[in-house]
Amino acid sequence: MLTILFDGIAYGMILFVLAVGLSVTLGLMNVVNLAHGAFAMAGGYVGVVLVNRLGVPYLAALPLAAVAAALIGVVLERTLYVHVYGKSHLDQVLFTIGLVFMASSAVSWALGSQQVFIELPGFLRQRFEVFGVSMGAYRLLVIGVCGALAVGLQVLLSRTRFGSRLRAAVDDPVVARGLGIEVGRIFLLTFALGSGLAGLGGALGAEILGLDPNFPLKFMVYFLIVVTVGGASSIFGPFLAALLLGVADVAGKYYLPAAGAFVIYSVMLVVLILRPQGLFAPRSGR
Amino acid sequence: MTAVLETIGLERRFGGLIATSNVALRLERGARHALIGPNGAGKTTLVNLLTGVLAPSAGRILLDGVDITTLRQDRRVRRGLVRTFQINQLFGDFTPLTTVGLAVSRRLGLDTQVWRRLGSRKAVVDGCVEVLERFGLLDVMNTKVATLPYGRQRLLEIATAIACGPRVLLLDEPAAGVPEAEREGILAGVAALPADVTVLLIEHDMDLVFRFAQRISVLVNGAILTEGTPSEIAADHRVRAVYLGSDHG
Amino acid sequence: MRAAAQAALADLGRWRWPEVAFWVAAWGSWLLLPEQHLLLNEVAILGLFALSLDLVLGFAGIISLGHAAFFGCGAYVAGILARLGWGDPVLGLLAAGLVAMGLGFVTSFLVLRGSDLTRLMVTLSVSLVLFEVANRMAWLTGGADGLQGMVVGPVLGWFAFDIFGSVAYAYSLVVLFGLFLVARRVMHSPFGLSVRAVKGNALRTAAIGIPVNGRLVAIYTMAAGYAGVAGGLLAQTTQFVSLDVIAFHRSADVMLTLVLGGVGYLYGGLIGALVFKWAQSWLSDLTPEYWQFWIGLVFVALVVIGRERVFGWPAAVLRRIAR
Repeated sequence: MLTILFDGIAYGMILFVLAVGLSVTLGLMNVVNLAHGAFAMAGGYVGVVLVNRLGVPYLAALPLAAVAAALIGVVLERTLYVHVYGKSHLDQVLFTIGLVFMASSAVSWALGSQQVFIELPGFLRQRFEVFGVSMGAYRLLVIGVCGALAVGLQVLLSRTRFGSRLRAAVDDPVVARGLGIEVGRIFLLTFALGSGLAGLGGALGAEILGLDPNFPLKFMVYFLIVVTVGGASSIFGPFLAALLLGVADVAGKYYLPAAGAFVIYSVMLVVLILRPQGLFAPRSGR
Repeated sequence: MTAVLETIGLERRFGGLIATSNVALRLERGARHALIGPNGAGKTTLVNLLTGVLAPSAGRILLDGVDITTLRQDRRVRRGLVRTFQINQLFGDFTPLTTVGLAVSRRLGLDTQVWRRLGSRKAVVDGCVEVLERFGLLDVMNTKVATLPYGRQRLLEIATAIACGPRVLLLDEPAAGVPEAEREGILAGVAALPADVTVLLIEHDMDLVFRFAQRISVLVNGAILTEGTPSEIAADHRVRAVYLGSDHG
Repeated sequence: MRAAAQAALADLGRWRWPEVAFWVAAWGSWLLLPEQHLLLNEVAILGLFALSLDLVLGFAGIISLGHAAFFGCGAYVAGILARLGWGDPVLGLLAAGLVAMGLGFVTSFLVLRGSDLTRLMVTLSVSLVLFEVANRMAWLTGGADGLQGMVVGPVLGWFAFDIFGSVAYAYSLVVLFGLFLVARRVMHSPFGLSVRAVKGNALRTAAIGIPVNGRLVAIYTMAAGYAGVAGGLLAQTTQFVSLDVIAFHRSADVMLTLVLGGVGYLYGGLIGALVFKWAQSWLSDLTPEYWQFWIGLVFVALVVIGRERVFGWPAAVLRRIAR
């Protein structure tokens, strides 16, 4: 029982790191970015190539994967995303689905369409018994890293100048510009941060989630659930939502395999119906 | 005289803020009534309460003696309570002809028809032409609304309301943003309304109010400060204090 | 002036020659392109599905990322009926449309409120939930293996489906044409105008006395029925139903299809279906595994350049002619 809880928490932590960038672009910047998973996939595959092919140590590959995804994020934000910030949600949906299609095809062209895993180093394959609960070193690492990131993000957003500038830029771009805040740069940095986190999550979580070219679409729904249920006003909301989702999904697969993802989708639907405004706090219709 | 539109103890709170406080308003048939007040007095909130865009926190609204407090927006319109908006609310893709045509179809109860074309009824065509003519919009009737100049859009805003066949018409700052030269068109259109239509005019522009209204209510901080004929209001020192105290002379 | 107004109103919804030419070409394709009937049948079905989305997205302004829910619902109804021995295509199609309409009516209440974002997520969730339902009820739907053993009778008891798809295409085209005529008629009625009014400005629509929610429920229900019929057509003409009919990519594809052809003038879905299916078969001949890459590129380019700019000139020409 506790093992399931433990696995669920590790899974949820990964989901949080993957999705938190989306909660900023979608929830705060009001941009429907269905391609968010593509950045996670990019990070994951960078990890695969670095560790499995080039023999880079696992722990060194993780930050590199994050940096690579962030760089891809920067390039795409500057060249493409800037054009869709002001467009309708329909345009944003089309644009990001197009990106997903391209990313998936490109990955399966370059690296094949089969599922891949990153080879874990020996020390992460150990297991410990703590109070009768069997814990893998890998999952402990996941929980440790993601937990630290969650705290770090909370501090970044609530305590630093960058955080207050981001909130100002999102609240009212025009006023923020008037105050001398470079809104475009803030958005770029935020986007890069979100993509980088997704990339890190993709590399770190490859062992749990599995990695294949359909990754962006497969997990899109999970990211959306985290953002929907958690809301966008804080780090805490998505964090809690991701943990709940992780535990519920792992437990559901274990105890109620027949129900499958049905329960989770239904819960998302109910939340959407009952608290759509409270969860999204929509800014402008279109 | 019986009241056509009446509010009893109408109140609306937003959190701790009272936007409308114990408003008792009474409009008689054919009244030309104006509601004035400084910025932020709660005039538009009151209109939104009357038309059902907002639900009141307390109090009742009666139309022809029937309680409409909980009635849906479109149902109130069907009972003859029609409004215009302070900020134009139009269908950008439509033409003035189709905009007014839709409103006229609704008035004639034809809006749920799925099988007949809009223009296949003589009554609809006649209704459109009459309203468009009154507001001088016939020459642009086939122009896309979004491309019309602002003054014309303002006229269409009011024309659309009138095409709904109002018995009570709420005009929310009809002249807002309209250049001096084009105001006369709006006034003429409103003045040509049948005498039995009751009009509540919400306005900043005192010239317009005093030319138009037979009675005036003054709204301050969400509550009715006083009510009277234009000359009574003009002589009221409290009203003067409110207006001299604010930015608007 | 009265005569001019009357003429302008009567002009709305009059048949124009490009429209006539379109349908002559559609019918001509049955006679002239017999070896393409299988592909054209798919085009007709996708066209009907995209027309359905156009009613929701183009006319009522509801963004849906889960329109496959109704398509899949119709496909399964027609498929299950055919497997249980009720193989008459027309009755099966009717049932598919009606059940999908029922589903559309019930779920329409979920998309009444909320922003684009909420609607996107709600429609997506509905289709995901239905996908899981279809997946789990394998005793009825065949689950991941697909629905086997459908026996579809001849159309009207007379025209049996052939392996070249000739009967199938004719059947789909007749259904598409019939439903298109209905949609066209309805969208040019005062009711259709009021639906477009909701998209244009819901606040004003209510302020002229039109119940906004009622209109959205009505059009969503109607569109769901159309999608259900399209799904039913696919099930009957291919004699197979798999979870694929209700998968997310089908919802995405139909949205791309509609946008390719242009939103909000009824023909967009049909033209888009032709382009989409043609591009799909051309690109998958060229690069069998990676055709999605090029489709993706088209959409990224389309949005970045601006749909108005890309479609601006042909649409403007069409509008001038079709006015």
